[in-house]
Amino acid sequence: MSEMKAKDVLMDPIFRNNPIALQVLGVCSALAVTTKLETSVAMALSVIFVLGCSNATVSLIRNYIPTSIRIIVQMTIIASLVIVVDQLLQAFAFDASKQMSVFVGLIITNCIVMGRAEAFAMKHPPVISALDGIGNAVGYSVILVVVGFVRELFGSGTIWGYSVFPLSNDGGWYVANGLLLLPPSAFFIIGFFIWVLRTFKPDQVEQEG
Amino acid sequence: MKRDSTAQTLLAAAMLCIVCSVIVASAAVGLRPLQDANKRLDKKKNVLIAAGIVAEGEAVSQKEIDDQYAVKVRPVLIDLKTGNPVDPKIVDPKTYDQRTAATDPSQSEPISRTADLAGIKRREKFAFVYEVVDESGKLEKLVLPINGKGLWSTLYGFLALADDGSTVRGITFYEHGETAGLGAEVDNPKWKAIWPGKQVFDETGKIRLEVIKGSVSPSSPNVQYEVDGISGATITSKGVSNLIHYWLGPEAFGPFLDHLRQPKGSSK
Repeated sequence: MSEMKAKDVLMDPIFRNNPIALQVLGVCSALAVTTKLETSVAMALSVIFVLGCSNATVSLIRNYIPTSIRIIVQMTIIASLVIVVDQLLQAFAFDASKQMSVFVGLIITNCIVMGRAEAFAMKHPPVISALDGIGNAVGYSVILVVVGFVRELFGSGTIWGYSVFPLSNDGGWYVANGLLLLPPSAFFIIGFFIWVLRTFKPDQVEQEG
Repeated sequence: MKRDSTAQTLLAAAMLCIVCSVIVASAAVGLRPLQDANKRLDKKKNVLIAAGIVAEGEAVSQKEIDDQYAVKVRPVLIDLKTGNPVDPKIVDPKTYDQRTAATDPSQSEPISRTADLAGIKRREKFAFVYEVVDESGKLEKLVLPINGKGLWSTLYGFLALADDGSTVRGITFYEHGETAGLGAEVDNPKWKAIWPGKQVFDETGKIRLEVIKGSVSPSSPNVQYEVDGISGATITSKGVSNLIHYWLGPEAFGPFLDHLRQPKGSSK
């Protein structure tokens, strides 16, 4: 275990062991913030920061964390980091923070963050743990950005706020698909993403029976 | 000392609490001035958008917003009950936060159920009226803050009126949580473009402005009082209608608008 390659730890979670596509964790927030590409990216960056830092911190003090209260300790560290991120966003990216509103705070409850702290950072040294955190967050981000891209393009005919398909109610030809702006559409897109991923990597298909 | 002993557990928990609270508190306190500045700027920008001075989505620098606001907008704090400006000695307009006041029991009053068209339960005692003036300092428009329940959320916005206190010059909603693609179309520039020119009051002083279901027929006798409903968003449309009736009615800005219309009312 100790001779894990940094590159593998960083790159594996992106496609081979994607937290959303394979482990199906953290789906809830992927539904909420992905109606627009811009908020998806802001959310992705926040999660990358939080997960990288939380894994590094938990790993740094892993030998001092009493096992009986380890979950609470992890939670406290994660919650503190998320509050700091929220404050930073309000100070330096006000518009993005307004759009994400409560969902920044909900990073605390994102199962991926907690899961990586407990499953990886508690057992490995800080640097590799930070890489693991960043890798998993990037894996999460890939899905978030793909879903955000599809939903914004077909739901509102825009990308990053710029009009790509002129909308019919503004005199264009494209009739916006309202379903894509509603949360259930993210389930469909994530479902398709998993389908495509598993077509190329059949070893990810679960055994039946 | 063993890691899992009771003493060690308590020590670790205490250390963690102290370190985390210091980090969180210093981030909150250290960034507060920047955050407050952002909020103030955001509010100014929304007033400028409602007044039609700045176009929505247009990239404007902070300085530009501050400058335009300083020259063209005069915020006046009024007592909603009397419709008269408030003595700055009683409430300082510079520090008055209307959003906080609306829910603070000491700065707001409950609205009776029958009068609560906007569904907001409490209303602040004092409200800002933003007077928009032209280069010569002549009053051009009034921007009134409005809010009320839609389908899921409370909508916050501004209504701009001409100096006669009845002709609509524009409407914007800067905060809401309505369904994307349906109720959230209150943001749609095309829908907002229907509003300018509509009349709020008829000759008798009754509020007639209404968001109707479906689209307004051009031959309708009430065409100047009616706004197309948003399709698929009946409750949000109704909510917008109701909150305008509430905020321009006798319970809120009514007394203030009466003062404004009085001198001109007789010459009509």
